[in-house]
Amino acid sequence: MTSEKFVVAYEGSVEDSSLLSYALERARKEGAALHIVHVLEWSPYSFLTPEELEERHGRRKDEISRAREVILEPAIAEIEKAGVTCTGEIRYGQVVEIIAEIAGAQKAAMIFVGRSGRNSVSSRVFGSVPLGLAQIAPVPTVIVP
Amino acid sequence: MKQLPIAAAFLAAALLSAGPAAAQGLDQTINQIFADYTGWYVALIFADLPGTNFSWIALWLVVAALIFTGYFGFIQFKGFVHSIKLVKGDYSDPDDAGEVSHFQALATALSGTVGLGNIAGVAVAVGIGGPGATFWMIIAGLFGMATKFTECTLGVKYRNEYPDGRVSGGPMYYMTKGFAERGLKGGSIFAVIFCIFTILGALGGGNMFQANQAHAQLSGVLGEYPGWITGAVLAVVTGIVIVGGIKSIARVTEKVVPFMGIFYIVVSIIILLRNFDEIGWAFGQIFEGAFTGLGVAGGFTGALIQGFRRAAFSNEAGIGSAAIAHSAVRTKEPVTEGYVALLEPFIDTVVICTMTALVIVITGVLNIDPETGMYIWNAEAGQIETEGGVSGVELTSAAYAQSFSWFPAMLAIAVVLFAFSTMISWSYYGLKAWTYLFGEGAMKENIFKVIFCLFIVIGAAANLGPVIDFSDAMLFSMAVINVIALYLLMPIVKKELGSYVERLRTGEIKKFK
Repeated sequence: MTSEKFVVAYEGSVEDSSLLSYALERARKEGAALHIVHVLEWSPYSFLTPEELEERHGRRKDEISRAREVILEPAIAEIEKAGVTCTGEIRYGQVVEIIAEIAGAQKAAMIFVGRSGRNSVSSRVFGSVPLGLAQIAPVPTVIVP
Repeated sequence: MKQLPIAAAFLAAALLSAGPAAAQGLDQTINQIFADYTGWYVALIFADLPGTNFSWIALWLVVAALIFTGYFGFIQFKGFVHSIKLVKGDYSDPDDAGEVSHFQALATALSGTVGLGNIAGVAVAVGIGGPGATFWMIIAGLFGMATKFTECTLGVKYRNEYPDGRVSGGPMYYMTKGFAERGLKGGSIFAVIFCIFTILGALGGGNMFQANQAHAQLSGVLGEYPGWITGAVLAVVTGIVIVGGIKSIARVTEKVVPFMGIFYIVVSIIILLRNFDEIGWAFGQIFEGAFTGLGVAGGFTGALIQGFRRAAFSNEAGIGSAAIAHSAVRTKEPVTEGYVALLEPFIDTVVICTMTALVIVITGVLNIDPETGMYIWNAEAGQIETEGGVSGVELTSAAYAQSFSWFPAMLAIAVVLFAFSTMISWSYYGLKAWTYLFGEGAMKENIFKVIFCLFIVIGAAANLGPVIDFSDAMLFSMAVINVIALYLLMPIVKKELGSYVERLRTGEIKKFK
C-alpha cells in the first residue's frame, strides 16, 4: 500500500529526464507513488482570430492526444517499468496554479519540478515555474537541476 | 494560387503607376462607376417612409431592438451583471480549459466591430447630425444590446459541429435549422439571401470602408497621395494572411488592437478630464441637439437618423455578423453567449463611440455661430462646417490633435490596425457565407479571398461618399433578412432563456468561482 504521493510538474523537454529519474528514485526510496502533470499553457483571456476560434475545439483535441502520446504515456510507462505506481494528467492553464491546485487535491507530500524553463527570457521577466511554486506551493517543493 | 492576390495587387498598382495625375483620374473613375452602379440600391435601402424624412431601415432596426428589449424583459439591464460574471469565467467549467472562453469569443467579435465605426463613423454622424446624433447613438446602442443577445444565442444553438472539431455558426445556420425546427418553410432561401448580402457587406463595410478611411488618415499625416497605394499595400498584407495563411500577422494584430482600443479610451478620458468644466456643456449640447438639431439640416430627425445609422454600422446589432464570431464558444448553454454578446454594443457604442463624440463636441472643431449658438451648416458639403473643412476620420483626428499634437500620427497607426483587424474578421465572415453558398475547397475559397483583396484597392481609391453609402446599404440589407429570422425564432430564445434563468435560480447551473 502506497502511503505517499509525489506530484511531478513535467514539461517533457530533454532536460526533464533528470527530473523524472530523480523523482523516480525518491519515490522508490520512500515507497511513494508518482503523479505526473503536464500543463499546456493557456489563458482564457488571450486573443484569437475568428479562424482560430473555429478550429480551437479540434486543435485542443489534437494537442491533448499529442501530449498524451508523446509526453505523458512514455513517462508513465518508464516509471511503471521501474516498479513505481504512476498516474498522470494533462491540463490547460497556468502551470504554477495548476500544479499547486493538483498537489492540494491529490494530498501530495511533495512536488518535483525541473529548474530549466522553456524560455529563459520570459521566465526572467515574468518569473519561472520553480520560483512561482516556491511562493504558492502548498507542500514542500524540490527543484531538480 | 497563394501568390494570386499579391500578383493582383501589384497588377493594379502597375496599371495605376502611369503617374499621379492618371492615378487620381482613375480614383475618380472608380468613384463614378461605383456611384452609377450602386446608387439605385443605396437609394432603395435608405428610402424615406412616405411623407417623412425618416428612412425605413433606421426604423426597422430600432423597432426590432425595442421589440427584443420588451420581449426579453429588458435583458440588457437585468442581465448586465450576469454577463460580466460569465465573461470573467465564474460559470466556466474548469474541465473546459483550453476551449474557446466567453472572453475570447467576445474579444474576437469586438475586434471585428470596434474600429473605424467608432472613430470615423462617429465623426460622420456628429458632422452631419450634430451633437444630438450622439444621444440617439447611445439609445440605439442600449437597445441594440437585446438584438445582439437574440442573434448570438441562436448562433450558438444552431451552429454546426463537424467531426474534426471545427465549429461553424451564424444566421445562415439558424435560418435553416431553426426554421425547420419551428416547422417554417423558406429557411434555405433566407440563408442564401443572407449569405449574398454578407459577401457584399464583407466587401463593403468590412473592406472598402476600412481601406478608404485608413487611406484618409494616412494621407492626412503623410500628405496627399493616391489611394491605390494604401490599397495595394493593405491588399498585399491581407493577402499574405488570408491566402498565404501567415497567421502570425493576424495574431499580432489581434493582440495589438485591444491595447490600441484601451489606449484610445485612456486618451479620450484624459482629454475629457482636461476639459472637465465643459463636460456638462457638451452633454447639454447632446441633449439639446437630440431634440432640436441645433441648426443641423433635417433638425431632430437628421440627428436621430445619423445617430441610429452610425450605431448600427458601428456595433452591427441585428446585422448577424456577431452570431458568426460568437458561435465557436464552448458552452452547454447557448443563452450564456447571448448574455456575453450583449456587452458588445455597450462597449462599442455606449462607451467608445460616446467618448469620440464627446471629444469632438468639447474640442470645438464643429463651428458654432457665436450669435445664435447654432452650428453653421455647410449646405455644399452637406455637413456642419468644421475647422479646415474636414470630415470622417480626419475630423476625429483634428479634435484629438487640439489636445495632443502627436495624436494624428498615433491615430493613423491605430486606424490602420483597426482597419486591418476588421478586414481580417470580415474576410472570415464573408468566406463563411461564400463557402455556405459554393461549398468548401481551397480553390473556391481562394477565389473569394482574391476578390476580397482587390476590393481593398478599390475601396482605398474611391471617395468617401459612394463607399460609405454602399457599405451601409449592404450591412443593412443583411439586417433586413436577419431581423425577420430573429422575429420568427425569438420564441426559441425565450424558451432557452426561461429554462436557463430557472436553473440558475435553483442552483442547477453551477458557479465555479
